[in-house]
Amino acid sequence: MGLTYQSTGSSVLGNILHIERSSSDQKIIALAGNPNVGKSTVFNSLTGMRQHTGNWPGKTVSIAQGSFSHKGADFILVDIPGTYSLMANSAEEDVACDFICFGDPDAVIVVADATCLERNLNLVLQTLEVTCNVVVCVNLIDEARRKKINIDLEKLSHRLGVPVAGTNARSGKGLDKLMDEVWAVTHEKAGCTPLRIQYHEAVETATSLLEPALNSVLKNRMNARWVALKLLEGEKNLIESINSYLGHDLLAQEKVSVSYQKAREILQDAGISSELFRDIIVSGIVRKAEEICRGVVTFEKPDYNKRDHKIDGILTSRIYGIPIMIALLGVIFWITITGANYPSSLLADGLFWVEDQLTALFVSIEAPAWLHGLLVTGMYRTLAWVVSVMLPPMAIFFPLFTLLEDLGYLPRVAFNLDNFFKKACAHGKQALTMCMGFGCNAAGVVGCRIIDSPRERLIAIITNNFVPCNGRFPTLIAIITMFFAGMLTGPSQTIISTLILTGVIVLGVVTTLLISRILSKTILKGLPSSFTLELPPYRKPQVGRIIVRSLLDRTLFVLGRAVVVAAPAGLIIWGMANIHVGGLSLLSHCAGFLDPFARLIGMDGYILMAFILGFPANEIVIPLIIMSYMATGSMMEFDSLSQLHQLLVANGWTWLTAMCVMLFSLMHWPCSTTCLTIRKETQSWKWTLVSFLVPTVTGILVCFIVANGARLLGLA
Amino acid sequence: MKLTADLFMKHGKCIPLSFLPTGKKARVRELTSNGISRRRMLDLGLIWDTEVEALQKSPSGDPVAYLIRGAVIALRSEEASKIMVEAV
Repeated sequence: MGLTYQSTGSSVLGNILHIERSSSDQKIIALAGNPNVGKSTVFNSLTGMRQHTGNWPGKTVSIAQGSFSHKGADFILVDIPGTYSLMANSAEEDVACDFICFGDPDAVIVVADATCLERNLNLVLQTLEVTCNVVVCVNLIDEARRKKINIDLEKLSHRLGVPVAGTNARSGKGLDKLMDEVWAVTHEKAGCTPLRIQYHEAVETATSLLEPALNSVLKNRMNARWVALKLLEGEKNLIESINSYLGHDLLAQEKVSVSYQKAREILQDAGISSELFRDIIVSGIVRKAEEICRGVVTFEKPDYNKRDHKIDGILTSRIYGIPIMIALLGVIFWITITGANYPSSLLADGLFWVEDQLTALFVSIEAPAWLHGLLVTGMYRTLAWVVSVMLPPMAIFFPLFTLLEDLGYLPRVAFNLDNFFKKACAHGKQALTMCMGFGCNAAGVVGCRIIDSPRERLIAIITNNFVPCNGRFPTLIAIITMFFAGMLTGPSQTIISTLILTGVIVLGVVTTLLISRILSKTILKGLPSSFTLELPPYRKPQVGRIIVRSLLDRTLFVLGRAVVVAAPAGLIIWGMANIHVGGLSLLSHCAGFLDPFARLIGMDGYILMAFILGFPANEIVIPLIIMSYMATGSMMEFDSLSQLHQLLVANGWTWLTAMCVMLFSLMHWPCSTTCLTIRKETQSWKWTLVSFLVPTVTGILVCFIVANGARLLGLA
Repeated sequence: MKLTADLFMKHGKCIPLSFLPTGKKARVRELTSNGISRRRMLDLGLIWDTEVEALQKSPSGDPVAYLIRGAVIALRSEEASKIMVEAV
């Protein structure tokens, strides 16, 4: 197969095009399509895999692969990022373009959105210029039917000259037919005659002059007409990619260069510059798509999108847009906080009951006290805290957030907030990567690939950590419920908690904007670049599927990671608390060492140490704080979560301590996974260090100001 | 098809798309942007005579959502001001 991404030198991502076949009979199928047409859903349905899906463009940013069998043949399906065009504009579009053009797939499935077919044909037509082994999958066919859009699939197939299958990937409808067609394209050598677009006369003359010369050099490795068009278009990166794919410089071949010069002259005589050449090509394709759709697509209800536009009229309106956004966030938090309380104490009760049983067991077998301490008081108890404090909010917040994502609300958030990002000299899509950060900052950092300007992408990466991820959310919620809500009783308790949490998140967003602006004015100087943001139609979310998937795939995954980190961390804390040097435990020594600095920023040594030990997973910070306090022996046994408030107060917490812990949780170093991801995405330790330092320094400064300001004013 | 004139005919009554009031429709007459920005506009199908409708302003007035070939696309004023249109 040959070419790897590195060898083209055109990539910032370092993805590798080479796909391993497990046997030579396996066929490689590329899955292409515009952004947000349900490619990942098609991918999941065919392979039985669980790529994350969501209703917003740009969700799949890297290549994923899976396998499936049909009619006894084996296929490798490669899910590539969505792209509107093969004339790549951004890093993620480059990946798509390179894979289709140079990844040597045996066939390409182009997924098209039935509700917006004409625009999707743009990519179909461009793909047909590269290869004729194409199957068009017209997806979302049920949604189109609901909108009274009729598509004559047979006529479409006839006009395009390649097979077409109508599918509804969510329900699996039409996938059999799709696989039949893929099988036929890859196993029956029936020559297909895909549609060929006739461009402007001079372009056609020039191309057909160059084609024969190319044919003799290319020897069927690539489509000569396509290569001719690209050579004449003169896009340097692409020509370089073609050359490195072939292993030699095309224009250095005498035959080619002679015809190339002649072709150039023809274009020159016709007054066609390279800019105009591209305009002609693009216009030709768009017009062709228009022409194909005439008679293939019929609208019974021309205003089929009216409902969506009305909803947008409210959700993004001048007066209600931003308040509704914050209110929605608030509602989600309220449900999370209210809902998490009960299972949290239930889990705590259950898990600590198990601890009692374990203790009883250890006593009955007369195990040494240190063993019991190490395994039960150290390891098991930390695990119990992680599960009971962290699991419920994660399990509730994540599905709710995925629901909004599935509905198609996230692009509206980006639309609402764009002007703020513009003023911060940042990219409008940073709002989307910020939203992804709510799920997981590492995922948010990877998501920054949808931003094509390197400067703005770096800003988005560096500031992604200012939105709390799914692991830090429960930390905030735990402090709020333990501390602030613990001071109140009655129904106002959850309302206050919600307001505080919403405030913290809004503060995170404001910080993101401020820091983005500061970065834009200092180390990452520049102006905002151009971008277009698609607002996809609202879609009914698959509620059941979301709950199951986000619980199984995300929550348990994140929790699993936390547990893996929590067990040794629990051991360390217990060990440190029980190894005494010079009359004091190691834990006290370390905490004492950190204490003066921690006090300066409104916390104490134990808290700061928990944050440091929480570097591999933020989820364990609160459990570690609790463990440290308990290990210092200042507190009794627990039977309910509400007693945690007493524990914290007994260890000198005031409202200011709680505030500073929340602020520091919002603004401190990214977790180790995120740091490694940043290193991978930026290919630079320098930017990883910057991404580490920027939130940390911001957090220290903010906490310092808040703590000392409050002390000076005599508030705490 | 003739060349420039047919693709992007300059016209007397052209306004930048950013001036189009919401709820109004217009047809594309000329793209004044270059390079990547121009290609991105072309990818959206914004060629000569394409109908565009200004749908909805964002809360701060910029960007604006436009209906372009069945898709709703938000453009910042910098981009929209480089698309010359003729109101219909």
